Amino acid sequence: MNPAIAIKQKWDTARFGKAEAQALFKALLIPAVGLLLFLGVWHLGAQQVDTSLGQFPGPVEVKEQWNNLLAEHRAENEREAAFYERQDARNEKKLAKDPNAEVRWREHNRRPTFFDQIITSLITVMTGFFLATAIAIPLGICIGLSNTAYRALNPIIQIFKPVSPLAWLPLVTMVVSAVYVSDDPMLAKSFITSVVTVTLCCLWPTMINTAVGVASINQDLQNVSRVLRLGWFTHVKTIVLPSAIPMMFTGLRLSLGIAWMVLIAAEMLAQNPGLGKFVWDEFQNGSSNSLGRICVAVLMIGFIGFLLDRALLLLQSWVNWDKSAVVR
Amino acid sequence: MSKTHLELTQVGISFPTPKGPFCALQDVNLKIKQGEFVSLIGHSGCGKSTVLNIVAGLYQATTGGVVLNGREVNEPGPERAVVFQNHSLLPWLSAYQNVELAVKRVFGRSKSRAEMREWIEHNLELVQMGHALHKKPDEISGGMKQRVGIARALAMEPQVLLMDEPFGALDALTRAHLQDSLMDIQAELGNTVIMITHDVDEAVLLSDRIVMMTNGPAASIGEILDVDLPRPRDRLALADNADYNHYRSAVLRFLYEKQRKVEPISAKRSAKSSEKSKTHHVA
Ligand SMILES: Nc1ncnc2c1ncn2[C@@H]1O[C@H](COP(=O)(O)OP(=O)(O)OP(=O)(O)O)[C@@H](O)[C@H]1O
Ligand SMILES: [Mg+2]
Repeated sequence: MNPAIAIKQKWDTARFGKAEAQALFKALLIPAVGLLLFLGVWHLGAQQVDTSLGQFPGPVEVKEQWNNLLAEHRAENEREAAFYERQDARNEKKLAKDPNAEVRWREHNRRPTFFDQIITSLITVMTGFFLATAIAIPLGICIGLSNTAYRALNPIIQIFKPVSPLAWLPLVTMVVSAVYVSDDPMLAKSFITSVVTVTLCCLWPTMINTAVGVASINQDLQNVSRVLRLGWFTHVKTIVLPSAIPMMFTGLRLSLGIAWMVLIAAEMLAQNPGLGKFVWDEFQNGSSNSLGRICVAVLMIGFIGFLLDRALLLLQSWVNWDKSAVVR
Repeated sequence: MSKTHLELTQVGISFPTPKGPFCALQDVNLKIKQGEFVSLIGHSGCGKSTVLNIVAGLYQATTGGVVLNGREVNEPGPERAVVFQNHSLLPWLSAYQNVELAVKRVFGRSKSRAEMREWIEHNLELVQMGHALHKKPDEISGGMKQRVGIARALAMEPQVLLMDEPFGALDALTRAHLQDSLMDIQAELGNTVIMITHDVDEAVLLSDRIVMMTNGPAASIGEILDVDLPRPRDRLALADNADYNHYRSAVLRFLYEKQRKVEPISAKRSAKSSEKSKTHHVA
């Protein structure tokens, strides 16, 4: 090979390496610096605040509480395992003595840990969000397609959209207690209350954005549909839905964000199991560790909210036809 | 062949605007025979697309009406396929799927799956898009999109093919090729074609009649020129043909003498420079 070319190539790869390093710097180092600054400010600021429960926890104390919560979770798991082991051993012994003996299998009465509460909250928020989506998208499409439906539903949407979850909660609680009566409820009442509250609050952004997306379909594409005389179903499937997808996802992301915030508030207020109840219990508990544990919960709530949003973005980039669209 | 196939009678349309109704077309009368190739030519904004949209059924004429085969046209339909001015492909479907949507709609009952597939590919190859069947509109050039739009319309085998500047975005070579294909296809299928164009050579080469429109508002048909050149037409042979050049200059004369629209460049320039100084002032 011509040595000049070889040198040139080497030079190019070297330059490429440099560009890569710069990209890495931008992608990792700068956010890291921001994070460190935040931790520093938090650490210094926390030392200035004395509460009735002791000094406000800094990052170090919060990390400690995180470890405690992990340890408690493990301990609870072990307790549960031990319980079942004991029960199994006892029952086996009984059966060995007398194969016809009546054995009792009891459920372990687990005390919900921080991580159990996270799972509960996640299940609740997803249920409420899916329910809301299942209602909002079809309705949004109808509103977007039909001026009459829009006129009929718009006042209702505008009035219910700004209602705070705290206002819904008492009504929902009473209605659920009145309507959902069964001797052996498959789902806890508190779960239903939380789900319905979440649904009521996060319905609107998806519905409105879907309607706007549907109503603002390019006129030329509608003309294509008219020339082809596409049937209603084909029209919706091939023209309306794809062109409304970006707006729909904007709505879905807003809705999921609201759903997560509303859920925490509803759990706190109604004492329904979940992260909100965890925070409230710690606040009522008022030990010297409480503030640290609440901080862990706050960070966790934020982190989960972030992950939920990312998950929707991922779904969007997977569903969206416009792969080049920058989603953030 | 001689019977009237498509007839526009006293067609007029006015669009509602914030400043009151805007009368775009008035008293447009035109009779088109089965299998005829008609070009619409006129200055930009005179109302050519509007005429086409009324024939397509996308716009409803305010006065008068359109009759196709003895039936009034008041809604769009696949027997009047449209090649839109801005291609209008569905951006989420590939070239193949865009054509497929139309083919399924028209031949869904009469053709088998394999036949449809072959027919779609045949039409895309006709416009030389066989190599990019599965590309999305975002991934192909403007001219290529336009060609897919043409393939979509051709694949519908319409009675009337309505084309709004179909070759406007194409380079000279592709354009010549597609013009030739269009002449072949039309000779074979005998469908009626209404084509809007800005290109005088294209109009003379392809048309049986050239409809020249006056400037708007309230535009109408100014003159109709019968192009009596024998078919099949060959662009090279026609270049030195006296009749051809006669038709060409007739159209040019209409556009640039009788319906002159462009102001002298010097006037434009002074207007522009005064505008510029104004904006300077504001800034
Ligand atoms: N929907 C509408 N509402 C109001 N005015 C319209 C509408 N559509 C067209 N017009 C007006 O009608 C006139 C004719 O428009 P048209 O699009 O038919 O022009 P055109 O001859 O196709 O022009 P071009 O060659 O640039 O495509 C224009 O003055 C335009 O402003
Ligand atoms: Mg036009």
